[in-house]
Amino acid sequence: MSEGKKKIDNRRTIDPAALAVIDKNTANGQVETAYERYVKMQPQCNFGRTGVCCRICLQGPCRITKKSSKGICGAHGYTIVARNLIRAIAGGCGAHADHSRHMIYTIQELLEDKAPDYSIEDPDKLHRVAERLGLSADGKDDKELLKEVLTHAESDFSKLSDEPCKWLETTVVPERMEVFNQCNIQPRSVHTSISEIMGSTHMGVDHDPVNLIFQGLKTSLADYIGMHIATDLSDILFGTPKPVTTEANFGVIDPEMVNIAVHGHNPLLSEMIVRQARDMKDEAEAAGAKGVKCMGICCTGNEVLMRQGVPVLTNFLSQELPIMTGAVDLMVVDVQCIMPGVKAVADCYHTRIVTTMNHAKIPGSYHVEFTEDRAVEKAREVVKLAIEAFKERKDNEVDIPEVKHKLTAGFSMEAMEEVLGAVNPEEPIKVITDAVDSGQLRGVVLFAGCNNLRVPHDASGAYLIKELAKKDVLIVATGCAAGTAAKLGLMNAEAVEEYAGEGLKAFYKTLNEANKDKLKEELPLVFHMGSCVDNSRAYDLTTALARQWGVDVPKVPFVASAPEAMSEKAISIGSWCVTLGIPTHVGVVPEVTGSALVDGIALQIAEDVYGGYFMWEEDPEKALDRILGALDERSWKLKIHKQTSEKYETELSTGW
Amino acid sequence: MSEGVLSQEWKQSFDEIFDGAVDESNPPVKLFEKAYDGAVIATSYAEILMNQAIRRYGPDKPVGYPDTGYYLPVIRALSGEAVEKLGDLPPILNRMRNQIREELNFHNARLCGEAAAYSAEIIEALRYLDGARPHVDPWTGFLGDPVVRRYGILLVDWTIPGQAVIMGKGKSSEDVGKLVMDLQAKGFMIFLCNQVIEQAIEAGCKLGIDFIAFPIGNFTQIIHAVNYALRAGIAFGGIPPGERDNTRDYQRRRVRAFVLQLGEIDEVQVAAHFAAIFLGFPVITDQELPEDEQVPNWYVSNPNYEDILQVAMEIRGIKLKIVDIPIPITVGPAFEGEVIRKGDMRVEFGGSKTTAFELVEMVGEDEIEDGKIEVIGPEIDDTEEGSALPLGIMVKIFGRKMQEDFESVLERRLHYLINYGEGLWHMAQRDTIWMRISKDAAEKGFKIRDYGELLVAKFKDEFPSIVDRVQVTLITEAEKVEQELERAREFYSARDERLRGLTDESVDEFYSCILCQSFAPNHCCVVTPERLGLCGAVSWLDGKAAYEIDPTGPNRPIKKEGLQDEEKGIWDSVNEYVYQNTNRMIEECSMYSFMDRPMTSCGCFECIMAIVPEANGVMITTREYGGDTPVGMTFSTLAGSVGGGVQTPGFMGHGRAYALSRKFISADGGLGRLVWAPKELKDSLGDELRQRAEEEGLGADFVDKIADESVGTTADEILPFLEEKGHPALSMDPLM
Repeated sequence: MSEGKKKIDNRRTIDPAALAVIDKNTANGQVETAYERYVKMQPQCNFGRTGVCCRICLQGPCRITKKSSKGICGAHGYTIVARNLIRAIAGGCGAHADHSRHMIYTIQELLEDKAPDYSIEDPDKLHRVAERLGLSADGKDDKELLKEVLTHAESDFSKLSDEPCKWLETTVVPERMEVFNQCNIQPRSVHTSISEIMGSTHMGVDHDPVNLIFQGLKTSLADYIGMHIATDLSDILFGTPKPVTTEANFGVIDPEMVNIAVHGHNPLLSEMIVRQARDMKDEAEAAGAKGVKCMGICCTGNEVLMRQGVPVLTNFLSQELPIMTGAVDLMVVDVQCIMPGVKAVADCYHTRIVTTMNHAKIPGSYHVEFTEDRAVEKAREVVKLAIEAFKERKDNEVDIPEVKHKLTAGFSMEAMEEVLGAVNPEEPIKVITDAVDSGQLRGVVLFAGCNNLRVPHDASGAYLIKELAKKDVLIVATGCAAGTAAKLGLMNAEAVEEYAGEGLKAFYKTLNEANKDKLKEELPLVFHMGSCVDNSRAYDLTTALARQWGVDVPKVPFVASAPEAMSEKAISIGSWCVTLGIPTHVGVVPEVTGSALVDGIALQIAEDVYGGYFMWEEDPEKALDRILGALDERSWKLKIHKQTSEKYETELSTGW
Repeated sequence: MSEGVLSQEWKQSFDEIFDGAVDESNPPVKLFEKAYDGAVIATSYAEILMNQAIRRYGPDKPVGYPDTGYYLPVIRALSGEAVEKLGDLPPILNRMRNQIREELNFHNARLCGEAAAYSAEIIEALRYLDGARPHVDPWTGFLGDPVVRRYGILLVDWTIPGQAVIMGKGKSSEDVGKLVMDLQAKGFMIFLCNQVIEQAIEAGCKLGIDFIAFPIGNFTQIIHAVNYALRAGIAFGGIPPGERDNTRDYQRRRVRAFVLQLGEIDEVQVAAHFAAIFLGFPVITDQELPEDEQVPNWYVSNPNYEDILQVAMEIRGIKLKIVDIPIPITVGPAFEGEVIRKGDMRVEFGGSKTTAFELVEMVGEDEIEDGKIEVIGPEIDDTEEGSALPLGIMVKIFGRKMQEDFESVLERRLHYLINYGEGLWHMAQRDTIWMRISKDAAEKGFKIRDYGELLVAKFKDEFPSIVDRVQVTLITEAEKVEQELERAREFYSARDERLRGLTDESVDEFYSCILCQSFAPNHCCVVTPERLGLCGAVSWLDGKAAYEIDPTGPNRPIKKEGLQDEEKGIWDSVNEYVYQNTNRMIEECSMYSFMDRPMTSCGCFECIMAIVPEANGVMITTREYGGDTPVGMTFSTLAGSVGGGVQTPGFMGHGRAYALSRKFISADGGLGRLVWAPKELKDSLGDELRQRAEEEGLGADFVDKIADESVGTTADEILPFLEEKGHPALSMDPLM
């Protein structure tokens, strides 16, 4: 699979729909997309790529070379690399905090009756969250209870005292909390953690690479807190996902409909748009369309897929391409991972680009300022723009690749427990641990993260999913990595038939039979757990496995893989995965290799301290071996430790 | 025993031994950089944990390992600080941080190693706050002083030829298993760290304290190999805490350790490797390293598992005499502590089930066929699984220098030699023996006949100058066993008769024992018929036999000449010998008093006695008893002030059987002074102790007047008991 010295061209994807559009674009020479810009950008700066470029003060930029082994201030390579790394973690944490805080604001408004378009859609979830937080629901109505939950969320976001954050303390095994406490990386709150990083990485403050990295890990835990709050509050407001079946890839664009692509990350706006789009069928028909069809890109897409069954259009990297089908009338975006390049592509078509957030704008695009108090009104305004644009669509330019696949998504932790509970209602998670113990399953792998042109788009993710399935690995996915599976037909029952190994097939057979009367569709090869913020759900699964086995997370055969990590959020998520005890494969080498010390901590020493560790591996075949190796090692150790504790009649060793 | 690189002379500074080790034209800078990075990580991590612990628990929170009298031994040995509370740590760690230098050279890399060792000691000590026990069996974590002392004797007589520290993860469990078993067959003490532990477990290796193969843990727990070694220097070597160069010199000369690093190496591991080098121990790794990432004789790449051990031993200067024993099981001291449970047993002999006995008999030249082994009666294959057979082990010895007195010396070796076999178990002696063969050993093809092979080979190997010919007969036929037992009993009673006549007064010479000087250079034991060595392993007869075997060895006769004080047992000749053999540290010593110029201790003592002034008596505590005692100290704490060749009136190390001697502190009032001992010791001495009490005129119920931990562990707690029972010590002359 190695690229060797092959010349890099713009055909860096294995998605046939994306390729068709890229090739058409090459032939017409119309407009540049990320695929072309990447080629032009080569070669990229090696100082930046290895993390040794420091631009923190105005004496710089400084970079570490053989000749100059330190920055002008005397900063070592390890200081520079560590500072750059943890600023990225702060960036990632900041983005998720943004998302989560927006949910908090909305609920504040809701509680003050200032957000009439929102309501508590899932009171059961509210009660589950409250119970987890140790809150009594006795004698309280839902709003009162929600207010208490929100007070805790606000506290986790902003408190300055050092008692543990609720969303961390109540969602991880106690052994983890003790490790965090010993290492002094328990965050005070989400906001203080980000602020502390910016303070300690200012010129001339912290130069100790271990101290910096621990600060980074603390903030990554703050990120986990923010993400978990976002997931919980989203479920309360919009419902906890349940299995839902729909379709994915460019083929979901319907030439007879007004097509709206929702892109970004937050369900607050997209939920409204999806609802209003259904409601405004008449107006669409009046414009000559059969109706309004929404479809998702990136994690906003995942949010509305999980809860509303909205089809998946594409994932991050190919976000500009659907516009070139000529049939996307409007792309509405909120925050994160939106390429400003969409504007230039849209300029060649009738497509409207609409930004909605007051801190996420693109020059030249429509900006419809979204506010909680007038959510429906704003959503209708956007749909109306789409219908207007539809009227300008040039039918002779419409060219939609006929690529689409059926998919089943919607596997929140609750949905997973429901599916497993059909086999064992008392201890649903035991269905997985038993299967691992018996050797039927080899472990669990989470695919998460983004797309990144440094490796061919979707290639390694698809390869790893297929190969791991053959080796009887249970697969869950989130974010744009889930997008890969959805677009390429790996998120359905047919893929189980085609790719799953004997053990995994038998496991599915048990689940499908037990759920025969409950589910419309058989279970998919990849369990979609949600947007990238919903990696919190995947970690809930890890915690549940650890509890079921009665061990700390570093003993659980669970691996996370981000084959195409790209954003600062991915760096932050990867960091908390490691801190929370998970071996984490990253398919693009991040900007840390300029310091052997920082690299060594990430790859090896992190395991000694926290149990999780990173594996940088761009070659998918080697990555496969390493992921399987990491799973097998844990199962092997757990087996040896169990046998040993039986032989010596002791508690299970807590070592890993 | 060749000394190899050990023989380098003591120089101005210990570090001179590293002179010229590095090719200055092409120094291994990359390796040094890793050591530097590792030290930065280790010290920073230690600092974070340490200050967080201080934030959580306050600076006055006690910190320390369980069961040791040496505080945090790495720090205690190298810089002398007695760390007792968290607040003691910051200045120490700061000093270490301050010695991390950016210039990359061999010297600085070793200093990085030292800093990493301190850091690891701090990191690990923090895991033991509030009496926590962070490990479960067989993982050991910190090894307490009793373990260090338990294996002291095996170390000093080179039964354990060295210490192998294996860290990382080997190529396969099978490879690691082979390596560990090979080391066990060679008698090495083994420390395992990281995944080699799980690999060795999977490979079926026998691990744990009893097998002298310590799975210490992961990561910075490697420091428990270091703090074990460093305690040997203080406990046996008498090196004053804080004498950094002397400590390292001792380690290099006497603790023959080496490090085997298997699998990928991270920065912290490299820093740990340089900690080993700092102490004089080489590191051998299975990783391919270019020449400029190695230091010849110190940091060596050897990817081939077939000869990695050979290479390590050569570099460390360990040469072994390999005894080839044609039996299908491994033989080594590691298996001495192995217990074979009923369920794992193929066949057993003796105990209460069948008749069994053992006898070593000196015979004339014509009465023996050398090497002949005969099994009379059923072999192992003729028995049901789990059954019991009668057994008579009869060993005939001929040797030109053999004496009748040595029969019992050799006969007692049977216990050890058989127990050294993997899957063999032996208990007690003479006609009270109880033996088992495990299913594993039987599956490997071990036969009853193989006991003979084992004994023939080992007797010739261990006693070459007194054993010329060996013949072994193994009887498993009930009738014949009974018949031969009668004969054996005649031997036993004749010997007992002789032993009874063997008193300090009846002999002309005592024997010295300076076996421990390999570890305790300032200590000399004087072994008399009525006072065995403090380790419990060397009797007067043993000393005599050892002298016959090797007249230039560690046991020499000391003529009883120039009696100064009969009561206290002071002779000019003994004083002169002790003076000359303790580096002129001890001028005089008495045989029968622990209050006045008592005999010194190496560190291997089975027991420690200490004066209990409140009761006008003496207490004894043992290695086995970990609890508090009426003098307010545990065995480990007491041991800290007794070992290393120091004379401490009122405190003394001794063997368990010494309590049964007529000469038991006879100058200080004898057995009647004994006011407290752990229950286990009282029980195990049992009837013999009662008998001794009667002989002393203390009455058979005297034993019941001796307090133990069930009565109390403070003087205040036991005094009422002693008074109530009318303990004789209370009315004896004042001890002080």
